Amino acid sequence: MAEAIQVEHLAYEYPNPEGDGGIRVFEDLNLTVEEGSFVAVLGRNGCGKSTLAKHFNAIALPSGGAVHVFGMDTREEASLTQIRRTVGMVFQNPDNQIVANVVEEDVAFAPENLGVQPQEIRRRVDEALKQVGMYEYREHAPHLLSGGQKQRVAIAGVIAMRPRCVVLDEPTAMLDPRGRQEVMEIIARLNKECRITVILITHHMDEAAKAQRVVVLDRGQVAADGSPREVFSQVELLHSLGLTAPETVELCWQLNQAGYDLPLDSVSIEDCAQTLRRWVKA
Amino acid sequence: MLKDITLGQYFPGKTVVHRLDPRTKLLMTILYIVALFLAKGWIAYGVVFAFLVMSIALSKIKPKAILRGMKPVVIIVVFTAVLNLFYTSGTHVIVKFWGITITWEGVETALFMVSRILMLISGTFLLTYTTSPIALTDGLESLLGPLKKIHMPVHELSMMMCIALRFIPTLIEETDKIMSAQKARGADFETGSIVQRAKALVPILVPLFISAFRRADELATAMECRCYQGGNGRTKMKSLHYGVRDMVTLLLGAVLVAGMILLRSFGI
Repeated sequence: MAEAIQVEHLAYEYPNPEGDGGIRVFEDLNLTVEEGSFVAVLGRNGCGKSTLAKHFNAIALPSGGAVHVFGMDTREEASLTQIRRTVGMVFQNPDNQIVANVVEEDVAFAPENLGVQPQEIRRRVDEALKQVGMYEYREHAPHLLSGGQKQRVAIAGVIAMRPRCVVLDEPTAMLDPRGRQEVMEIIARLNKECRITVILITHHMDEAAKAQRVVVLDRGQVAADGSPREVFSQVELLHSLGLTAPETVELCWQLNQAGYDLPLDSVSIEDCAQTLRRWVKA
Repeated sequence: MLKDITLGQYFPGKTVVHRLDPRTKLLMTILYIVALFLAKGWIAYGVVFAFLVMSIALSKIKPKAILRGMKPVVIIVVFTAVLNLFYTSGTHVIVKFWGITITWEGVETALFMVSRILMLISGTFLLTYTTSPIALTDGLESLLGPLKKIHMPVHELSMMMCIALRFIPTLIEETDKIMSAQKARGADFETGSIVQRAKALVPILVPLFISAFRRADELATAMECRCYQGGNGRTKMKSLHYGVRDMVTLLLGAVLVAGMILLRSFGI
């Protein structure tokens, strides 16, 4: 499979408002995201997750090294629009992403910016709204929707551009459990059914467990990278990075601390139940 | 208290008035105001009033809704009436007391002024009640389109209006939240002199402004992520089209203004 995003020797520092010397976030970061994959990015606050996400669609530009998006260099001014329509971005607060005061007008915002013809915009808007299950709400005012519904509208607004990759920066952080579940279902569906590459930045381990690959960032470096099972079974490493494993893995790990010997690869509740059952029988 | 703001309130509907092109409605409002200011005598006012009543009836907006909207302007109306009543000089004196004379001319001018203000407000209410804010901004952008040639930022202005309208409810909600938070910590907004109450608003405005700036920053990034590059090369999902009913309506507006000019020239 081709690479969707390729980060090579990325260095980045925030400009320091006080004068010389910026605040260094990355020094030499390397990361490749395969096209069509579902990658979760974890890390404690201030480890550079959001800054990294901003490099994926040229909102932030590298101070050193390079970021390639489907073969395009993000520093190329000429391919800026092409990069942004290829890599869509969803942020934490849905309220601050919705531009228009009617749901369908907001979803139409990106295709309108791209100069798509009116009938085609209509088609894309209807399709995007159906994909996120908000078609019945197309004429509603966004401020009357629930948090989860607003975030689904924001996702529809991004997929109406027909991106090949969607980056979600903690999309569920401000939602209640129900809204979180709704949004997670849509993210999984985008990846499976629409074959969109998904990069999910999150604080929730159970959300990361649903991804195909988990990347843990720490101090601007990749601290762990692999399938959820591989990453989450390194419980001590996660703890040292200020993170926890999913509750199921934590449970097995704590039992192990008490002298048992359980495998640490049960990232779902079913897996964990199976593991415990096998152990009880033995 | 903040929930009462009716600015740009819109009653969705499917009547003829609702379905008119927003540009037609904007132009009609202007024609209506011109006609209203041209009107001089009772007959002329009657014609304009009949036109207003007809439009309201066609839009199926409840007269109650329009009357409710009048509440905030009651003070201005009363003030105008009183001023005109007392300060219009005339020959037909009705009463005279404490050095104030009320003349028949005064009563007449006061009535004219009051009905003019009320009709002006009802007319513009009809526009905002029957046109969604987004249609209104689209209409304005299209009507002001020619000004782009002299480098007026027409698209930017309409985008700003659209975003402002979008964020009014969000910011009102936020204000309520901040007020509750400050009340919970003992802030008092209801008692004290006006100066004290105005001072009590500072701890609301400061966090509100900070949050509004943060929102603006995030929104700008989100808009950039969705390929916003200003008005150039932008298309619209719903493009505006003039129909037969728009032509008829505009013709009616032109007739109204012409009629007013005619009545005025006859001195009626």
